[in-house]
Amino acid sequence: MNIHEYQAKALFALNGVPVPEGYFAASPIEAEFAFRRLNSPVAVVKAQVHAGGRGKGGGVKLVKTPDDCFNVSKDMLGMTLVTPQTGPEGKLVRKLYIEAGSNIDKEFYLAMLVDRDTATIAIMFSTEGGMDIEDVAAKTPQKIVTVNVDPTTGLQGFHLRNLSFAMKLSKEQTKEFHGIVTRLYIMFMKYDFSLLEINPLCWTKEGKFLALDGKMNFDENALFRHKEIAAMRDYDEEDSREVEAAKYGLNYIGLDGNIGCLVNGAGLAMATMDIIKHCGGTPANFLDVGGGASEEMVTNAFRILFSDTRVKAVFVNIFGGIMRCDVIANAVVNAAKALGLKLPLIVRLEGTNVELGKDILKKSGLKITPADDMEDGARKAVAAAK
Amino acid sequence: MSIIVGKNTKVITQGITGKSGEFHTKLSHEYAPRFVGGVTPGKGGTTHIGLPVFDTVKEAREKTGANATMIFVPPPFAADAILEAISAGIETIVCITEGIPVLDMIPVKKALERSKISRLIGANCPGIITPGECKIGIMPGHIHKRGKIGIISKSGTLTYESVGQTTAMGLGQTTCIGIGGDPIGGMSYIELLQLFEEDPETEGIVMIGEIGGDLEIRAAEFVKGNIKKPVAGFIAGQTAPKGKRMGHAGAIISGSHGTALEKMDAMRAAGITVAESPGDIGKAIAAALQKKR
Repeated sequence: MNIHEYQAKALFALNGVPVPEGYFAASPIEAEFAFRRLNSPVAVVKAQVHAGGRGKGGGVKLVKTPDDCFNVSKDMLGMTLVTPQTGPEGKLVRKLYIEAGSNIDKEFYLAMLVDRDTATIAIMFSTEGGMDIEDVAAKTPQKIVTVNVDPTTGLQGFHLRNLSFAMKLSKEQTKEFHGIVTRLYIMFMKYDFSLLEINPLCWTKEGKFLALDGKMNFDENALFRHKEIAAMRDYDEEDSREVEAAKYGLNYIGLDGNIGCLVNGAGLAMATMDIIKHCGGTPANFLDVGGGASEEMVTNAFRILFSDTRVKAVFVNIFGGIMRCDVIANAVVNAAKALGLKLPLIVRLEGTNVELGKDILKKSGLKITPADDMEDGARKAVAAAK
Repeated sequence: MSIIVGKNTKVITQGITGKSGEFHTKLSHEYAPRFVGGVTPGKGGTTHIGLPVFDTVKEAREKTGANATMIFVPPPFAADAILEAISAGIETIVCITEGIPVLDMIPVKKALERSKISRLIGANCPGIITPGECKIGIMPGHIHKRGKIGIISKSGTLTYESVGQTTAMGLGQTTCIGIGGDPIGGMSYIELLQLFEEDPETEGIVMIGEIGGDLEIRAAEFVKGNIKKPVAGFIAGQTAPKGKRMGHAGAIISGSHGTALEKMDAMRAAGITVAESPGDIGKAIAAALQKKR
């Protein structure tokens, strides 16, 4: 789960990580008031969307007067912000953050993430703040230092020293930096982060570190123990189809093809998308109904697939294990009857009680195209969608 | 022969009185009667589906001689359950539970590294089966057929798909293991590839991977220098978009890393026969077996 910058800044401030003063605004009047409260000669109006690279798309602007702030905010609210991370369709700007300008002396990059391979927390630090860190890693790897912290022994002084000495921090910077990294590490463990990135972490002319941006990503599996974090979820920022699907216990991700997929199991669902592509088509979605899908879940899955106007054919691919093919066949038939079958429907059944399942489909009187195996099904779906 | 589990495995179920725990213990025990008991704290001394229930894993191990456990404990308590099994000296720990927080799995991983006895399969996996001898998990037993292929996979249904295809081709399986799709888990491809290499009955190995992380790439590098038996593979998620979690917690392309393409390239470079389409997994291992002859 992601949160907005203004939420991340609040979390930073509450945990002792310094951030510039700033206020949330959802209208030009609030933005102007925020500017006046800041009492700063310069402020930054920042679009609050769940995507990086906002500056490049016109989502970060400097303002110098209250009027300026009002007008810039008016233009920014309601605009569709396109950044390298949003895709061409962009994101609607609904919220702003008005932040005091900072006297930047130097920009750094700092990130923490769970390192899967070593089962540690990796802390990455670089002198190249404000840049795309993958570019820095590719072109000037000597400008990044990484330390791995084993949470069972915890963050130690040597971890901190390895970061600060490698990037040649001054004495003054080092002392403050060690404190900030320590507090960030505590936050990381306390809130079950999966990623925490500050780009840039700036050193001001006044001799202070400030987190100018904050990207936070939380482990969805741990949200049950962080109701306060879960409360910051902004459903407006998420694909409405995905949100709808999640309500029914379905795992759905919208794509831009025209063949709707309904599959049991995440791996098979991905493989189904792959085989459609392999057969010359394009999948409209990833949809995993899970191992124990009920008739209600299948009906809801169909409802989501049918509501996508781009979908020209639906491919149901089931390898019944614990989920019996006769149960899923009944669910498919009942859902198709209840919703009306307006699209070509291709069904591949395999596994437990497969013969019973195929029989139910055949006797249903519905125009369902059976498939012998997943490749056969994919081919038939691609042909039907053309 | 086979690997990890077989006729001499004695299994308990942690969470045996829960709905899923009970259901899958029953099915697994019917498939091959290797279950000797279960654990549910507070229900020790009772009997459930004909098996004795204990309060702790330690007691269950002492009283039944169990050397394996199947865990069906809800996510908030699953790491505790695994650590309890490690502490009790259980050799094979199979954790089916999906949705365990990543930070909970780090101490588990470290405890496994320290343990000289225990190994973990999963979490978030279908389990392990040696056809005809022992089934610990949620896979449908009847699709398996005793044979000569070892299967390692991150995904449940794709394991079934591989089993279905190798059974249809008359090859059959020695042991099939779902290692799970979480970012931090137990046994990985490398350890299992080595076990299959040493197993005289296994003639070929199928490894099924997916997007996210680099376990498959490291496994491919390992295959190159260490595995003489034919290996075939498939990577799911060739069409998956970047930055989206595809069902499994670990199945995500972050930045430009963890794509299906780079994994397939690494596998090909290691001499693994790669199935481009998930419908060709059976054909790929058959071709790999042919090539080595």
